Amino acid sequence: MKIEKQPVTLPPERSAGRRRESPVDRKTDLTATRSLSVSIIGSGGTGVVTCGKILLESIARMGLYALLARSSGPQIRGGESAIMLRLAEQPVENLDDRFDLLLALDWLHVDRFADELPVGADTIILHDSDRGDIPPCFDGATQRRIATPLTRLAEATENGRANMVGLGLLGQLLGIPLETLCTAACDLLKPKGETIVGAGLRCIEQGYAAAPPAPRPLPLSAPVVPPKRWNISGNEACGLGALQGGIRFVAAYPITPASELLEWLAPNLERLGGELVQAEDELASVNMIIGASFGGIPALTATSGPGLSLMMEGLGLAVASETPIVVSNVMRGGPSTGIPTKSEQSDLNLALYGLHGDAPHLVLAALSIRDSVFTTEWAVKLAETLQTVAIVLTDQFLGQARAVIDPPRAPGLKGSRKRAVDRTHYQRYTLTDDAVSPMAIPGDAGCMFTADGLEHDQRGTPSATAADHQQQLDKRRDKLTGFDYGDDWAEIGGAGAICLITWGSASGAVREAAERLTRSGHPTRSVALRLLSPIPEAAFRAAIADASHLLVVEQNHGGQFYDHLNARKLLPPGAGSLARPGPLPLRPGEIVNRVMQGA
Amino acid sequence: MHGPPPLPSLKPKDYKSDVKPVWCAGCGHFAVLSAITKALAQLALPREQVAVVSGIGCSSRLPAYTHVYGFHGIHGRALPLASGLKAARPELTVLVAGGDGDGFSIGGNHFIHACRRNLDLTYIVMDNQVYGMTKGQASPTTPPDWTGSRLTPHGTGLPGFNPAAIALAAGAGFIARGFSGDPGGLTELLIQGIEYPGFAFIHVLSPCITYHPEQRAWKQTVHEQSGATTADPLLAAQHLQQGDQLATGVLFRAPPPAGSATPARRQPITTDQLAARFVVPDQN
Repeated sequence: MKIEKQPVTLPPERSAGRRRESPVDRKTDLTATRSLSVSIIGSGGTGVVTCGKILLESIARMGLYALLARSSGPQIRGGESAIMLRLAEQPVENLDDRFDLLLALDWLHVDRFADELPVGADTIILHDSDRGDIPPCFDGATQRRIATPLTRLAEATENGRANMVGLGLLGQLLGIPLETLCTAACDLLKPKGETIVGAGLRCIEQGYAAAPPAPRPLPLSAPVVPPKRWNISGNEACGLGALQGGIRFVAAYPITPASELLEWLAPNLERLGGELVQAEDELASVNMIIGASFGGIPALTATSGPGLSLMMEGLGLAVASETPIVVSNVMRGGPSTGIPTKSEQSDLNLALYGLHGDAPHLVLAALSIRDSVFTTEWAVKLAETLQTVAIVLTDQFLGQARAVIDPPRAPGLKGSRKRAVDRTHYQRYTLTDDAVSPMAIPGDAGCMFTADGLEHDQRGTPSATAADHQQQLDKRRDKLTGFDYGDDWAEIGGAGAICLITWGSASGAVREAAERLTRSGHPTRSVALRLLSPIPEAAFRAAIADASHLLVVEQNHGGQFYDHLNARKLLPPGAGSLARPGPLPLRPGEIVNRVMQGA
Repeated sequence: MHGPPPLPSLKPKDYKSDVKPVWCAGCGHFAVLSAITKALAQLALPREQVAVVSGIGCSSRLPAYTHVYGFHGIHGRALPLASGLKAARPELTVLVAGGDGDGFSIGGNHFIHACRRNLDLTYIVMDNQVYGMTKGQASPTTPPDWTGSRLTPHGTGLPGFNPAAIALAAGAGFIARGFSGDPGGLTELLIQGIEYPGFAFIHVLSPCITYHPEQRAWKQTVHEQSGATTADPLLAAQHLQQGDQLATGVLFRAPPPAGSATPARRQPITTDQLAARFVVPDQN
């Protein structure tokens, strides 16, 4: 054990007015958010993700909240990876501006991650003294380092692993009780067998004992009686929301970063009496779910940008034939193959405008891991109610991250399909007050009809007349624009003349930025849209009313959401755009900085 | 809410709708439509328990001409749509209808994988060796020296696609060839295909008298296969590769797929039980 330069202390609680070294810090360090940010990095096979999951579960069991994001190299499997953990007393939905603690199991290819791991001068770096010294890319943080021979300590135990020694060390520094850490490790390692569990526990204990003396305890206080909390990933949350919404058929083609969603759904659907079919391609998967839904079974596919591109013609068929389907699109860096393993909010244009013809449909975005349950369930229920396509946008950051969350809420909408009752003069596309027509399904006697992608009359018979085209176009639009989406179209927080508008997974960073600004004397509200199309325009205008300074925040290069709002003339002149592409997550500090520059 | 009980002894015309086909006078597809409705009537299938799914093309217009459930989908994707329907509602009788361009060109990948997947579907391809709806372009089954299209003025120069041989290679359990000029024989093949408990591919020679008037000669050249139906894939492959692709009959029929191919379903669960798995255990 070698401690260099400074005794170890964890960073003190942040509070408003505390000054840090860089000019950026002075602007951004306005928060009283009590949280700690920890990263663990290592090359393929070092067990970074396992460490992260055990830490997350331990923190959850202590009664705290945490977010665990993952990053891996471009090769998807087998390479270097990093976990990014933020723990707090309150739910956390986004990463902080920098890390307080960094544990390096080794330094191989770490330069590929350096820009995802912002560190400050007071960041503590824990590293394996058997695996080389801190590389130059972390020069800014070398005052506080703890070099420990993790590998040699692990070798003392048969089947011992350095990651478990590192985990013990980290657990001690974070003030996690050894028993909590060991119980969580025991539960998570159980599938690997008794030998691995035993060795893991011994290594954790060794790491725990090897931590330097008198560390500050975790500066976060856990509640005596913790409220009920969940530990769930974004992809699992989407899957659960889909099943709660009634999805019982899924067809899909594997694609990063949506595959985990499918792998979670497959065994669970089977046990619910449903089915998941692995299709030959995305053209097949979208058409399979249209077929299943035509058969009366609520159906979903999951994909990412390239797959969504392939599905566009099928989505148009579902719109024209008014067959409800849901597409869960877990976005990644684009265009083309882009950056498959990293996050970006850049499929918005495709989701909104990718269909040929005038093809109104629903586009929704989950605002957080917890909200992935609600939004996906709501999307299923809306699609079934309105007999249309619902595209739910999440992204790699949300999908592959795990979090400790409060139990998710459920939408109030009942969300069942309007079924055919009239068995004598049935007309599939008959006009109604709400523009939604009763839908027969195979098995309903007397209601046989042919669903069609061709334009049709009310009965469903193909028609190329101007009158039928106008009537059915109006109908398919009106059923979406005339529906009352209630308050769930957006989450609106705070009050103030500064208004941050955002969507999807950027919402966490935006809300934290709004809170920091408000605390620093610049009252700020945030409007995070869950329903991106159709936007309830009156409600949107009311939400941004009287704002003097508006900024639209999103994680893409082109400002796609900003353009969408402007195309609908929803923004006043002078509204700004903060559009920054992936793969780096949006951080609250950069949003605060942008507002302060513009103020 | 109960519908009327199934009418006793439905006639073929009861399975036809009142929509007038878009097909040219003399098109082979009329006879295929009639054979389908005859087969459904002979099998006495309740109309609401039958669905006909198609893609795009002249023959793909067929669902609207039937009085069962139908889905006229998009070009090349009839098989996946039908596969989704059948997987979700296995008790339905699902027919898939389309043409050679829809099934073998734009939908070629789905054709292969539908054969492999071996769901209980009956896939009826009306092969006239041409894209009729877009006014006469070469399809995958067009002879290589056919110069009837301005798009390929020197012919495609490509060997024709052999659908039955490909179906066999891809794992289809039931492969038959019929002829619209022999509606009685075609009806019989359709009945066998519908009754076969797996993927049944029925390749129907159905002339396009508008763009391939020479196909009128099929009346003389189409012939019954010489041997009996085989369950031997090697023998079937030999016949399918060496023949003139004008032999009708059940060309291959494998023993039906074993009923217990899918593993026993796991213990049922509810969504509440699934949600409960995410609850963090109480530490205290």
